[in-house]
Amino acid sequence: MGTQPEQIVSLKGVAKSFGAVRALAGVDLAVGAGECLGLVGHNGAGKSTLMNVLAGTLAPDSGAIEIHGKDLAAGYSVTVAHRNGIRCVFQELSLCPNLTVAENTRILHPALKGFGWKQRAGRLIKEKLDEILPGHGISPGDTVGDLSLGQRQMVEIARAFTVTDDPLHLVILDEPTSSLDASTAQQLLEFVRREVARGRSVILISHLLGEILRYSDRVVVMKDGKVVAERPADRFDRDSLVGAMGTVVEHHAAVQATAVRERSGTPVVVRAKSALQTDDQALVAHRGEIIGLAGLAGHGQTRMLLQVFAGAVGRMHGVDVQGPVAFIAGDRQTEGIFPLWSIARNVTVRSLPRMLRHQLVDSRREAEMAESWKQRIKIRTPDMDNNILSLSGGNQQKAVFARALGSDAEIVLMDDPMRGVDVGTKLEVYDILRAEAAAGRTFLWYTTEMDELNYCDHIYVFRNGRIVADVSREEMTEQKILQSSFKESA
Amino acid sequence: MNATMLRKLHQTPWIWSFVGAVAVWLATIAFTEGQGAGAIVTAALSFACFTVIVGTGQMLVITTGPGNVDLSIPATITLCGTVAMKVMNEQDSLLILGIVAALAAGAVVGALNYGLIRFLRIPPIIATLSMSFLVQSSAIAYNRGLRIKPPPALDAFTTGDTFGVPWIAILTVLFSVVVGIIVGRSYYGRAISAIGQNSRAAWLANIPVERFRFLTYVASAMLSAICGILLAGFSGGPALDMGSEYLLGSIAVVVIGGTSVAGGRASVPGIWGAALFMFLLVTMLNTFGASAGIRLVATGLIIIAVIAIAGGERESR
Repeated sequence: MGTQPEQIVSLKGVAKSFGAVRALAGVDLAVGAGECLGLVGHNGAGKSTLMNVLAGTLAPDSGAIEIHGKDLAAGYSVTVAHRNGIRCVFQELSLCPNLTVAENTRILHPALKGFGWKQRAGRLIKEKLDEILPGHGISPGDTVGDLSLGQRQMVEIARAFTVTDDPLHLVILDEPTSSLDASTAQQLLEFVRREVARGRSVILISHLLGEILRYSDRVVVMKDGKVVAERPADRFDRDSLVGAMGTVVEHHAAVQATAVRERSGTPVVVRAKSALQTDDQALVAHRGEIIGLAGLAGHGQTRMLLQVFAGAVGRMHGVDVQGPVAFIAGDRQTEGIFPLWSIARNVTVRSLPRMLRHQLVDSRREAEMAESWKQRIKIRTPDMDNNILSLSGGNQQKAVFARALGSDAEIVLMDDPMRGVDVGTKLEVYDILRAEAAAGRTFLWYTTEMDELNYCDHIYVFRNGRIVADVSREEMTEQKILQSSFKESA
Repeated sequence: MNATMLRKLHQTPWIWSFVGAVAVWLATIAFTEGQGAGAIVTAALSFACFTVIVGTGQMLVITTGPGNVDLSIPATITLCGTVAMKVMNEQDSLLILGIVAALAAGAVVGALNYGLIRFLRIPPIIATLSMSFLVQSSAIAYNRGLRIKPPPALDAFTTGDTFGVPWIAILTVLFSVVVGIIVGRSYYGRAISAIGQNSRAAWLANIPVERFRFLTYVASAMLSAICGILLAGFSGGPALDMGSEYLLGSIAVVVIGGTSVAGGRASVPGIWGAALFMFLLVTMLNTFGASAGIRLVATGLIIIAVIAIAGGERESR
């Protein structure tokens, strides 16, 4: 990319290994001023590792990190990155949940000190939030732990764009829209374009290829720790991009072909009514159905899933569940993984009661289950006995999937589980879901991605903790879902 | 080859507590020129038993996650030791009844601890500490300072040995083996490790979090009860301060033994190494003629050092 007038960052021959896993095999990557660079690749392709190197949180084994033409690889750190105007918003959110929004802003800006720093920090973040997303409903005094995942993601992104002393040249956004609903995601990406027009640079990582194609200037594709393709965004389309990533394109025709099932054909296994519901509308799932929970992010879908879960493992007013349940968390850091354990143990934990022999866990059966799910859902690891944290984020999520799908649960609750999962894996998981549903498993699926609703037999749209629309698959259109999501409650 | 051995060592941090115990023992007998080497071992095995039993309960509690700790152990030892001796009334025929009464008292204390934590939402450190005042006061009211002798059979059992190996040590080793299997291979063991790492994820993985937490606090208190019975038998009767040294002791052996203070990882063998180490350390300082003050200072410094080193290692991983 020698045509760029000014290069902000240039990585040359960056390599990094984790034990036997080669995460980066000599990567070159340059970002020019005023450019939005889209970065795509499968889970474990090395995207997050590369960004960690650039952000200074991981030291590369070898290679050069040039910023404004100076090699800073020796002694490179988060502080150095900051001082040179490089910020990163990671996939795993890094706000302190016990502090307020304003206090979290202060962490990034040592310049905010002395009397009244809290007010100044609050004003700084509020202005940025207002700019990105008018009507966001977040106050600087809110404790981060009380915010929804989507709101936390907004705060984190807004914070990355605030400026005090240190300059700001490049912001890395790793899956920035994963917890956001479609309209918020769009507003955020429009904001990114405005920043780019002002001369700032952005590296955008996303598994939503439409976003990448539409909002970036140039696209870099990574595979197995290497850059395998690099072109201006307008010279890629969806299929060629997927092709470059190394996945065979599967057409959506398969989805349409599935027979539409009669609603009342099978017995009801879940009936749940939200506590906020004012009319008689309840969520109902028949055996073998895939039920979609739609609507804007954070409008009570997760609460409904938790309510169903609590009703299944204990007793809960207004909830009736027939059969064992399993929960697939979307927020894997706080609700999914057990960080001290191996991948195998993370997969088997839900199924241990079935694996007891003389009251002890049968290690042979445990290993069998782990190995079979490693194959089935393609967890990228040389050994399932490795620690769960040795996996990339998407692969950790696969382990969380395997935990629920491999269990005896007849009803599986999914809390926006495809966050940070690549396209290839998603398609595989969709296939597994359809096969499992055909075999009689029931799925309750909260998703923020419109595409995924195509896989659902029936959809409930949520707004302000209530079900506001009850849509069958034949009636489902994007228009209809969006309209219901925004409809003021009558 | 070397790398795998290093990794093995890394996975078994408890080995260091045994290394420490042997080193201290060697230093002691080097000073005494070999005199009393066997007697020191016998004494260490006896005294370590009490620490191991309550340390095991403490380990289970600490494993269930950050903030979980049982500070009512000393008071429970005292109360249950007293209850056992009073019910036994120095008669062998009432031995079983006394044991049952003490265990029941322990179970009640454990259940109350859990109740304070769960239903009144009091942090465990405060709940168990305030419970220990109630328990200690009950012990005082019940005992009124009398010293009741243990029944002859209990006395004989707790002080008996074969070729220098105390019977209670044999019993406690068997107990540790059983707990080791439970922690390593049972559903309960796996579950408390999961709860300790992330209790919300554990709940969402269908683990009955609250039931296991309840069982853990009850188990800890009942182990204190067993310790109280054995200690009362061993030392010729209950005393009101008989449990006091097990407050720090129970926590120290858990930490030195390689159990994660942040929860999620338990180490049973390490408790033995640490308990022997702690006793032998005091013996060594005694042999060197150190005063009580020096002994306490040295013990405190060693505990701090171990936690600092173990904690640092964990972060670098």
